[in-house]
Amino acid sequence: MNIRNNIALSDSGFLFDPSTGDSFSVNPIGMEIIRMIKGGKTDPEIRQYLLSTYQTDEATIEKDYYDFLKMVEQFHLIEKTDGKEKD
Amino acid sequence: MEKKKINVAISGLNNVDSPGPGIPVIRALRESKLYDVTIIGLSYDSYEPGLYMEGMTDITYQIPFPSAGQEALLNRLSYIQQHYPIQVLIPNFDAELFNFIKLADRLKKEMGIHTFLPTVEQFEERHKANLPEWGRKYNIAVPRSQMIHSVYEIANLHHSYTYPLVIKGKYYEAGIAYNHDQAVGHFNKISAKWGLPIIVQEFLKGTEVNVTAIGDGKGNMIGAVPMRKQVITDKGKAWAGITLEDSTLLDFAAHLFKETHWKGPCELEMIRTAEGKLYIIELNPRFPAWVYLAVGAGQNHPEAIVSMALGETVTPFTTYESGKMFIRYSWDLICDLKSFEVISTRGELKL
Amino acid sequence: MKRLQYERPLIQRVNTGILNKFGTRTEFTPFTHIDDVSVKDLLQQYGSPLFVISEKGIREKYHEAVRAFTNRYPKVQFAWSYKTNYINAVCNIFHQEGSWAEVVSGFEYNKALQNGVPGEKIIFNGPDKTDEDIRSAIANKSPLHIDHLDELYRITELAEEAGVKPEVAIRINMDTGIYPMWDRFGFNYENGQAWDAINKIILANKLELVGLHCHIGTFMLSPSAYAVAAGKMADLALGIRNKFKKNIKYLDMGGGFASRNTLKGSYLQGADTSPSFDQFAEAICTALLNAGFLQDELPLLILETGRALVDEAGYLLGSVISNKRLADGRRATILDFGVNVLFTAFWYDHKISPAQEFSHYTEDSVLYGPLCMNIDVVRENCTLPPLRKGDHVVVHTVGAYNMTQWMQFISLRPAVVLIDKDRNAHLIRNRETLNSIEVEEVMPSYLKDFKL
Repeated sequence: MNIRNNIALSDSGFLFDPSTGDSFSVNPIGMEIIRMIKGGKTDPEIRQYLLSTYQTDEATIEKDYYDFLKMVEQFHLIEKTDGKEKD
Repeated sequence: MEKKKINVAISGLNNVDSPGPGIPVIRALRESKLYDVTIIGLSYDSYEPGLYMEGMTDITYQIPFPSAGQEALLNRLSYIQQHYPIQVLIPNFDAELFNFIKLADRLKKEMGIHTFLPTVEQFEERHKANLPEWGRKYNIAVPRSQMIHSVYEIANLHHSYTYPLVIKGKYYEAGIAYNHDQAVGHFNKISAKWGLPIIVQEFLKGTEVNVTAIGDGKGNMIGAVPMRKQVITDKGKAWAGITLEDSTLLDFAAHLFKETHWKGPCELEMIRTAEGKLYIIELNPRFPAWVYLAVGAGQNHPEAIVSMALGETVTPFTTYESGKMFIRYSWDLICDLKSFEVISTRGELKL
Repeated sequence: MKRLQYERPLIQRVNTGILNKFGTRTEFTPFTHIDDVSVKDLLQQYGSPLFVISEKGIREKYHEAVRAFTNRYPKVQFAWSYKTNYINAVCNIFHQEGSWAEVVSGFEYNKALQNGVPGEKIIFNGPDKTDEDIRSAIANKSPLHIDHLDELYRITELAEEAGVKPEVAIRINMDTGIYPMWDRFGFNYENGQAWDAINKIILANKLELVGLHCHIGTFMLSPSAYAVAAGKMADLALGIRNKFKKNIKYLDMGGGFASRNTLKGSYLQGADTSPSFDQFAEAICTALLNAGFLQDELPLLILETGRALVDEAGYLLGSVISNKRLADGRRATILDFGVNVLFTAFWYDHKISPAQEFSHYTEDSVLYGPLCMNIDVVRENCTLPPLRKGDHVVVHTVGAYNMTQWMQFISLRPAVVLIDKDRNAHLIRNRETLNSIEVEEVMPSYLKDFKL
């Protein structure tokens, strides 16, 4: 999956979706994840980075990471390709 | 005379179709002959237009909703105080007044923030549901009314009232009932939305007139300007209004101040019946959104409130221009998303 | 490399007021200690969930209440309302402070006796007094507060049987301008029932009418209603004096004072709007002093306030079991206590604080209890920092009605700990065990065995 290209994320954690006019707030770790996704990092790479950077365990990372992606998806911030989401 | 520099905090920046009084109060203070004001806006919502209007606030801070409690408000104000020391604060929202009134002493003692607000008793006793008692206590004419808690009480109303009757919610909404069944209908509709009790009030036929006024808390009326709404919006708000010359209205208002010792600004909503008798139907414990008309007619009430908050004696206004009109208009501001981002994420905005 | 403090990634719509750090800020100020005792240590030692009561909190509140009334009225007596919290250690704090006992059942009555309260200082209220209760109260000289005529006749019979003239009071209900009017208890003032009962008692001369009692409602936010009630009670007492040349010894104004909790549906915080003891005292005492009693004939003023004295001294400590995402995208947090333990969650939006430090990021969440029941909701909506499994929370203002109305339902009831004024924790009620429940069960022998 990828975050849509036209989505802008500012340093204050303010995310604006120009195609819907919705704005969102993201906390610092959420910002890191979005930037990594936009930068083309894969899921395992991102999770590995989080695990090595933060004081937590693999199960928590997995649960929270996928919950976060679900929300990103629910807010329609995902790029659709061929009518199908990229994995 | 050199104008005195002063920092004033103002809330009620919701200059929307049913506007708050914040922007009119700021305009009044910007035109003050006594004060050179720095305006610290206090907002609750990133969509309050006053945040984005050039030349209105110098900086705006978000403050916690009244439902968050007084400690939260106090914490936030003490944060603001470190950056822009507030000397006078004028709250303009009904929902926030209770907290500011309760905190008034602490604001003054602990932070040096001056207010000029009614007492808790004054604020509480003029509530819609308490109006009959308030009228009796101060010898002020109010429409007869009573609270009811059950739809069964409507059947007994004919002992003391004649239809039509006004059926009102405790805080909002009202309907006119011409018979028992309509009263039951309004009761059910309004109580489902706003809860109990319901207020039943006699229907007074007459013209609505309003007065924006300020009292010194010692029984004196410092200023008063009467206005009649000429056109109203579908929400019942004035869209155009005109100042009236009418000594009976002013005498009535002066009597009210003398009896109640009301302190601070207020709006008196009155009905004048065909026989010319005046009744108070509501006393709003803050400036009305149309307070700038009073400034235009020659009485700068917000400026007087600032002076009184600072402990100065203000000479009562005695004249104003009658026949001054206001017409409210709307205006689409073009603003930068960046401003919205800043207020939404940082909670403060300097345009 | 040292790893950074972890926080769950969050993304939320702007202007739902969530990530904005100036929202309901007070709720997520971490609350880590109760009277300087660490929440974490308490949970470690006594398990989660756990009720904690601050003795300092109780005594300070009690002193505040007593001061408010005794500053305004010469003769004041408090009676601890057992149903509000009848854990014996709690009751005895009030008794040490000088409080009598106020009970509404034989069970509570025996509890007060066992705690050592002298019979004549136990006020027996309530509509349900068995013959056994009445006999016991008569024998112990406890004032019986009569709720209805059937009870009046029965007490009269049992008093004759015992050959004594017991001291009684009658409960009065009245219109004080508040809704709902509690007209189901006692005798009505406005329609003459009260006078009818008074006449019956005094003319029959089998019972000694020493007091009048009322209790106008619960969680009252309006002190003025008490002024009305006190006025009507005084009116009755003075009427009795005029008609029968008899002085009523005491007026019991009951309880019902609101605590600092926030009722569901109310906009402002209870902590900001609930009247103080001074306001209630001012209303009641002024009405009594102005009623026209002679100075030396002023009746004793009895107060049975429970909630306002003990609510704030109680805390419920608990832990997060899990976080989940509801189908509509809302966050849900499951806690290890629910409405079975925190019964008052049905009435209040309890203030809930995290018990550890967090960043300023927050999110709205539904707080669920652990029961496998849809009604088990602790808060429909609460703004808290992103809690993790195992994190602790503190529920405030839970001292009243929880440790009496809690249910043994699905799980067992937690322990209760008292923190004394020297900051020592004392276990005052054990966590229930399977045995505490099963000890009362009886198994018919033919049901003992089965094969699966």
